[in-house]
Amino acid sequence: MSDDRGRGIVSDIDRRRPWVRRPLRLIQGILLLATLLVGLGPILWTAKGALSPTQDLLRDPLRLWPSSVEWGNLSTAWTDLRVGHYLLNTVVLVGGSWFVQLFVAAAGAFALSVLRPRFGRLVYGAVLATLFVPGSVSLVALYLTVLDLSLVNSPWAVWLPAGAHAFNVLIMKQFFDALPRELYQAAQVDGAGPIRLFWQIVMPMSRPILAVVSLLAVMEGWKDFLWPMVAISDADAQPLAVALPRLAETAEQNTVIAGMLVAIIPPLVLFLVFQRHIVRGISFTGLKG
Amino acid sequence: MTTSLRRARQVRPHVGLAAPASRPAADRPLRHRRRPRLAGWLFLLPMVLVFGCFAWWPILRSLVLSVQYTNLVDPPTWVGLDNFSNLLADPLLWTTVRNTVWFVLLALVFGFPLPILLSVVMSELRRFSGLFRVLVYLPVAIPPVVAVLMWKWFYDPDFGMFNQVLGVFGLGPFPWLQDTATAMPSLVLEATWAASGSTVLIYLAALTSVPGELYEAAEIDGASIWRRVWHVTLPQLRGVLLIMLLLQIIGTFRVFTEPFVLTDGGPEDSTVTILLLIYRYAFINGDYGTAAALGVLLALALGVISAVYLRLTRKWSRT
Repeated sequence: MSDDRGRGIVSDIDRRRPWVRRPLRLIQGILLLATLLVGLGPILWTAKGALSPTQDLLRDPLRLWPSSVEWGNLSTAWTDLRVGHYLLNTVVLVGGSWFVQLFVAAAGAFALSVLRPRFGRLVYGAVLATLFVPGSVSLVALYLTVLDLSLVNSPWAVWLPAGAHAFNVLIMKQFFDALPRELYQAAQVDGAGPIRLFWQIVMPMSRPILAVVSLLAVMEGWKDFLWPMVAISDADAQPLAVALPRLAETAEQNTVIAGMLVAIIPPLVLFLVFQRHIVRGISFTGLKG
Repeated sequence: MTTSLRRARQVRPHVGLAAPASRPAADRPLRHRRRPRLAGWLFLLPMVLVFGCFAWWPILRSLVLSVQYTNLVDPPTWVGLDNFSNLLADPLLWTTVRNTVWFVLLALVFGFPLPILLSVVMSELRRFSGLFRVLVYLPVAIPPVVAVLMWKWFYDPDFGMFNQVLGVFGLGPFPWLQDTATAMPSLVLEATWAASGSTVLIYLAALTSVPGELYEAAEIDGASIWRRVWHVTLPQLRGVLLIMLLLQIIGTFRVFTEPFVLTDGGPEDSTVTILLLIYRYAFINGDYGTAAALGVLLALALGVISAVYLRLTRKWSRT
């Protein structure tokens, strides 16, 4: 659909040859079937499982359509398993992490790129160095640090460590570096202080990068599991992702699957709505581990 | 006097840089521009605080913790390298290292070529390319815990999708997660499914930067489609391929969610991975020192692997 480059491996002349055209069509068909099955299949399975009686899952797992559509599973999951409550916890954790990441990275990158304080390069180097130490390696020490600051079970235990994300700083700084420097100087000459420069000149011009960082932050926050599980031991404050495996041990299976469906829908909708930005974000950050 | 000061400011270099000014710089009211050091540090402060408390401090603290005995009740005591010797004496450590390396190798065998193949094929298809991108990325959009819980159902020996479908062809039933031989490959299959989508998108982006003239020239020289892939596409992608390979190795060494939720390290410890062992030491046994020591060893191992890898591939990625 969006074929923006001149030519690829297979040329137009190749495409007219039957021994190229036919296999290409075949591959296209196979790939379509395979990606539908592998990409969409599990989501449809979850949707079906969420609306089926548990008996369906056990007696006839290959059923394509529920023997009786039970919308009630969703409301049972919402109220009895408190999926709604955990979903709200997730939203609060992800929202706060998003804000902290954006604030820290935008302000920091602005200082490094535009204001350039003394020792800024040193700070930048130290920030980038954390890219090389995988976060989960210092998991235990991070936990004890959060414990010392008595943040355990508070959303800050998730929000603040989320801000220490060197990648955001890196791509924001690169973006700010590419903005024309004359602009800053013109604004300064016109009497704009650093805060106005940040808020009225740089931020409005940075919408594309803010969108990319925001989407990646939200998608990542929604996926987080190990750290929220460690940092928030109070079952009542846990996000949905942490609560689901616990619920899966005890609760009625079709309501657990209904809960899984609820956990899938927000990131899925976000992806489908913003897929162009996300695709662009992934491809130009590239390094996302 | 004021005019002379004005004049002096006008020759400051930053004024001259405001290039496309329509008015001459002299007409503009100029303010003395101090180098905004204070403001610079104020804007930098949140970053320094957050990275200081939640990145640099935990890294340093890991090193300290690894030579201490800490149980959170009594004050920590220095124990030298006792944590490390305890760790090395734990037979589970070696099982864990073996399991993790096995996971990493299997994930490379399954997970490294697949996105390359998919992205090269997808980049050549003219129809539905947007749809393919969405479909391939869908598994990545699903939260890992939910994905793992789904696959727990698929792998169920009695009611699972896989055994049901294979049963139609008279195969199985297979024990999947219940057997020490198949448990780890089953985890790898799930992990590959979950991770491939974003790698495909990265490769697709990299493929668009391969100059079409190279294919043109190869075609004129009579290179077949396969030879064009082998001699043009793959060499052109080698930079991103080398980085992604390293990132995949580093990423898979830290696998946690799959073994934690799918198998909890079983059966018979055949899927205990390093991060799962760190978790158990710290949050099940309360032995934070040993957990930190294992974390330090993992960081060292990953550092050495990265350094060796980058050194070995340096020549190759440049020429």
